[in-house]
Amino acid sequence: MDKDKVIALAKLARIDVSDTEAESLAHEFEGILGYVAEVKKAVSGDDEKEKPALRNVLREDVSPHESGLYTEAILKQAPQREGEFVAVKKIL
Amino acid sequence: MIDLSTLTIASAREGLKSGAFTSRELTQASIDAIKEKDGVIHAFLEVFDDALGQADEADKQIKAGKDLPLLGIPLALKDNILVKNHRATASSKILEGFVSPTDSTAVRKLQQEGGAVILGRTNCDEFAMGSSTENSAFGPSKNPHDLSRVPGGSSGGSAAAVAGNMVLASLGSDTGGSIRQPAAFCGVVGFKPTYGRISRSGLIAMASSLDQIGPFTKTVTDAELVYEVLRGKDPMDSTTIEDDTYGTGKTFSKVIGVPSAFVEGDGLDPQVKKNFEEAVEKFKGLGYEIKPVDLPSLKYSLAVYYILMPAEVSSNLGRFDGVRYGLHSGGDHGIDDYFKTRAAGFGKEVRRRIILGTYVLSSGYYDAYYGSALKVKDLITKELREAFKEVDFILTPTTPTPAFKFGEKSSPLDMYLADIFTVPANIAGVPSLSIPNQTVPVEGSDLPLGVLLTADLGREDNLFVAGKEFLGE
Repeated sequence: MDKDKVIALAKLARIDVSDTEAESLAHEFEGILGYVAEVKKAVSGDDEKEKPALRNVLREDVSPHESGLYTEAILKQAPQREGEFVAVKKIL
Repeated sequence: MIDLSTLTIASAREGLKSGAFTSRELTQASIDAIKEKDGVIHAFLEVFDDALGQADEADKQIKAGKDLPLLGIPLALKDNILVKNHRATASSKILEGFVSPTDSTAVRKLQQEGGAVILGRTNCDEFAMGSSTENSAFGPSKNPHDLSRVPGGSSGGSAAAVAGNMVLASLGSDTGGSIRQPAAFCGVVGFKPTYGRISRSGLIAMASSLDQIGPFTKTVTDAELVYEVLRGKDPMDSTTIEDDTYGTGKTFSKVIGVPSAFVEGDGLDPQVKKNFEEAVEKFKGLGYEIKPVDLPSLKYSLAVYYILMPAEVSSNLGRFDGVRYGLHSGGDHGIDDYFKTRAAGFGKEVRRRIILGTYVLSSGYYDAYYGSALKVKDLITKELREAFKEVDFILTPTTPTPAFKFGEKSSPLDMYLADIFTVPANIAGVPSLSIPNQTVPVEGSDLPLGVLLTADLGREDNLFVAGKEFLGE
């Protein structure tokens, strides 16, 4: 792990980092990754996945609420808006 | 004059029912206590201006003979639990100005099914990432037992609010120990139920496969009261479980397993060790059988946690982009807005975990880190569930040390190790209860310690039985 790698990762994560921060993060990640790499030792070959009791169940896509019911409440939170739209800078 | 230090939820309910005091008087007593003490402790970020109005509403219902489990009781919420028309920041600058358009299910249940008064929101580590509240964008909370020490975290404000006798109970969230560790540091009861037992709809997500809401109280009886109101399947959270999802398993027979090799690993404070041994003796005196248990995979829990959690953090916190809500920091063009907003809005620890999570999920490293961690998570869960066929509980200290001083943990890894005993319950999803066990003298202060009882999936009932017996309730 080095400074350039951290800067590349931060780019993927859409966060500006300074060179100084990238430097110190690289150093900290060395320590953390060294510690968490322990898990590789614990993995055995015969780990068959059991079917979990907990299921992530999606509801049917039915009975939607009345259109526009929450529009104003949600748009009120947007830093920038235009009418009933959230405003962003030109992308293309 | 109401003395909050001598009241519990259960006794306050008696007082309200008998007419010894009103909910308005009780709520005012909390507000006065916060005014008097919280300038120093800094447990609260906000006291809601509609609290007394809610109390008046509760008083009307009490007068009309209505009886709900928390009717008229003021409660505080960690600042990552949404209340309609109130601000919520998760102690982060990135949610500056955000006002919640909805209630969390927890709040809806507290108000409608419990009758509680929602008093205000408490300080925490930013996005619940930390073990000390030092990562709050609004400054740390202090431990009421020693102001030079941390209250623990991430739900440190909620713990300090109860320990400082400013409110009778509060809610927190626990992803790796964020309820139980501060409960132990502050000398109160902290409870994390089975994963999926309490709806997380309206809880600002950190690591969704681990997060769980739970209460801080002074007694186990009170923790059970709050839990009973909050529990239950919720159509708004598809990970919530049915009452009988996990069945009943082993018949309760007062058997406690102690994983000595795990407990006596590196970093255990000698005073904590002695305190823990005394707790074991106390349980023996209460008729519990103590059995040694061998759980060789448990020591990998924290390593598993620091892979899975940042991975989920990097994904969950992708939604904070300065477009739909919260802070917006303008750059030169569209994508630049994201970079600027997220750099300005997220604090150091949050940035650290997002970038670390991005790494463990990135192509070429996924199998080595994330893939392995998922396998070891299964291994730990299997091992614990196997143990619960023989024992009703696993007992460990809640923390390896008493509350530490501000600034004492010099590296992130040092700080992470404060969660060594609490993390396994999140990894396996099992319920876990921290109960206060005496204090120890440290540099002129009496600092509380906690012991941690963990039970099989769905066996919260056993935890309440043993917890009440231990505290003599």
